[in-house]
Amino acid sequence: MSELVDKVVEALRSRFQAEVSTFRDETTLWLKAQQIVDACQFLRDDFQFDMLEDETAVDYWPQETPRFHVVYQLYSYPHNERISLRVPLDGNAPSIPSIVSIFPNANWHEREIWDLFGIRFENHPDLRRILMPHDWEGHPLRKDYPLGYEEVMFTFNFDEIDGRKPYAKRYPEG
Amino acid sequence: MGIEEKLGDMGILTVKLEEAVNWARTRAMWPLLFGLACCAIEMMSAQASNYDLSRFGMELNRASPRQSDLMIVAGRVSRKMAPVVRRLYDQMPDPKWVISMGDCASCGGVFNNYAIVPGVDEVIPVDVYVAGCPPRPEGLIHAIVTLHEKVRHEKIRDWA
Amino acid sequence: MTEKYEHIDESTLDGMRTLVTEEAVEGKTVLLNMGPQHPSTHGVLRLLLELDGEFVVNCIPDIGFLHTGVEKNMEAKTYTKAEVMTDRLDYLNTVGNNLVYCLAVEKLVDLDVPPRAQAIRVILTELQRIASHLVWLGTHALDLAAMSVFLYCFREREMILDILEMCGGQRMMTTYFRPGGLWRDVPVEFEDAVRHFIKIFPARIKEYEDLLTNNPLFIERTKHIGVLKPEDAIRWGVTGPPLRASGVKHDLRKVRPYSGYEQYDFEVATHTDGDTYARYLVRIEEMRQSLRIVEQALNKLPYGPVKSNNRKFVPPPRSEIGTSMEALIHHFKLWTEGFPAPKGSVYVAVESPRGELGVYLEGDGGPKPYRVHWRTPSFVNLQVLPLLAKGHLVADLIALIGTIDIVLGDVDR
Repeated sequence: MSELVDKVVEALRSRFQAEVSTFRDETTLWLKAQQIVDACQFLRDDFQFDMLEDETAVDYWPQETPRFHVVYQLYSYPHNERISLRVPLDGNAPSIPSIVSIFPNANWHEREIWDLFGIRFENHPDLRRILMPHDWEGHPLRKDYPLGYEEVMFTFNFDEIDGRKPYAKRYPEG
Repeated sequence: MGIEEKLGDMGILTVKLEEAVNWARTRAMWPLLFGLACCAIEMMSAQASNYDLSRFGMELNRASPRQSDLMIVAGRVSRKMAPVVRRLYDQMPDPKWVISMGDCASCGGVFNNYAIVPGVDEVIPVDVYVAGCPPRPEGLIHAIVTLHEKVRHEKIRDWA
Repeated sequence: MTEKYEHIDESTLDGMRTLVTEEAVEGKTVLLNMGPQHPSTHGVLRLLLELDGEFVVNCIPDIGFLHTGVEKNMEAKTYTKAEVMTDRLDYLNTVGNNLVYCLAVEKLVDLDVPPRAQAIRVILTELQRIASHLVWLGTHALDLAAMSVFLYCFREREMILDILEMCGGQRMMTTYFRPGGLWRDVPVEFEDAVRHFIKIFPARIKEYEDLLTNNPLFIERTKHIGVLKPEDAIRWGVTGPPLRASGVKHDLRKVRPYSGYEQYDFEVATHTDGDTYARYLVRIEEMRQSLRIVEQALNKLPYGPVKSNNRKFVPPPRSEIGTSMEALIHHFKLWTEGFPAPKGSVYVAVESPRGELGVYLEGDGGPKPYRVHWRTPSFVNLQVLPLLAKGHLVADLIALIGTIDIVLGDVDR
């Protein structure tokens, strides 16, 4: 780990009581949901971590507390360093403050996480579905949402599946 | 229907009319510009200079469905896009044909999940399917030739 | 469970109030739908435009028409089988997607890659970068009504696709890179084909430049259109040629080299203006630099194996299976179950023709990935489109969509 990352880890540990973990030379800092906006502002202003590379979420169902982890990857252009932040969230009605005010490109990332996971972002200017149709029910990337696959047609079940496949007609009825 | 009732079955004259009309239809089929995903890149390659599609009369792709007669569904159709595909198909005037290009449009392809319609024939009726992921431009040209064969055998009572 | 309030009902003006400005509600500006099927949107992108006459006041992208659910589908397959889906994301940079996925898996399971495999990976990735920029140039020029450039670009692209087909068996979706190296060694005709391409391509780039660079019509349509300031680019997370054309000299191949890029000598193309013309110049220069890298890599290509020796992750060659019992067991285990990955997460990013392409891969000790997330450049770069399009004409908007170089497979995954 480089000097800058050591300094960042020390500063965040003392200020936010963050925990640290490393895996394959990547440093991850674990924070709480209410601290994330302050932490991102602190990292951007004091340590020049000026780009939000990626923001995503992971679902750990059936484990309920915590069920979701929201993962942020931050990158610093002047120092060429990467750091990642993780926020564990509980399963029922998960919500976390939005960092759109600090990194504007979190807008679509957070919309995507709302769409696919159902994690609500407080103070987000425009929280609505982005990838799924606007009237879709459910949050697809959760682990208790089914994959939704279609049974594969082989020769032995061809006729049976063919019979119930909804083939389209040229002129719709009605 | 129509012409056959009025003129009666005039034997060789209706046969010649069929042949003439079908010949004319195959020679200048205008495709609708409908590339969705990776197969669209192979469709563009087929249209470019190495495998030329303008020798089939498909020099330009019409952007408006009202002015085209062939819809080449090139790429995967997602659940959000399916109503749009159906609406475009309904907006095309008769006679119209559909080529389902690639595995994703024919049967769902590599993907088998909540987001992809497994085969565009659940949304619109398809005339010719092309296999491949993506199919080579020669495959698309073979599909067009097969479609021409199919059109040449259409009968007057189907379209009149 | 989705609540009622965040569904925008687009059929009534009331529902749209949160998205559009006051003038649209009053009726002074026009709301126009540039729908998913459009000749110039490079795929299925829907834009909701708010126009004041011909000038764009606001443009709201509506994406998701190509959403494929790749991230969830990859969780249901083993690591090697999931690689098949990676080609189909950014379908113009198929080899690059394979590369970043293989790098992520190799980092997660701590697998080595022999130098010959790394060099061949670099050659094919740079050829794929040239092919992607050629498609960009052809379609961008086509949008600006220069049709012959489209035909010329696809002529060169056919040569690159022939080389890819020679190695991987397929023109576009090769899945040639595997975790631990490559699928198989390159055939004997590979070197001659690449050398022939290196010989003729500089003259072809000159052809494209003769047609476009000093063309007064092209300059009129691209200069001062969509100026992106460097501070905005960094704030909005824009990467790739749009960032470099605004003056920030940042290329992941130089600052965080991967797969042996540190051995090759090349320049990072930058420009200061930040408009559409600057992005065009940057991409043309990138094509030249890519050709330089291909030539150096081909000259220095070392001899050796193309797959790692670690039989726990890489299948043994078929000749060994007849003689060695361990090889048979490894082969059986890899084909039926797949290799297990440790618990932990990695994030690996490479420089794709569109920007920074990253994979967040999390393993859970089993043979299937627990979570795969793709940080795609087009998804992030597209957010900047409303910012660039303010105050320009609708015709300029077409040029802007082309210059950000989005691929909808990347945006929607």
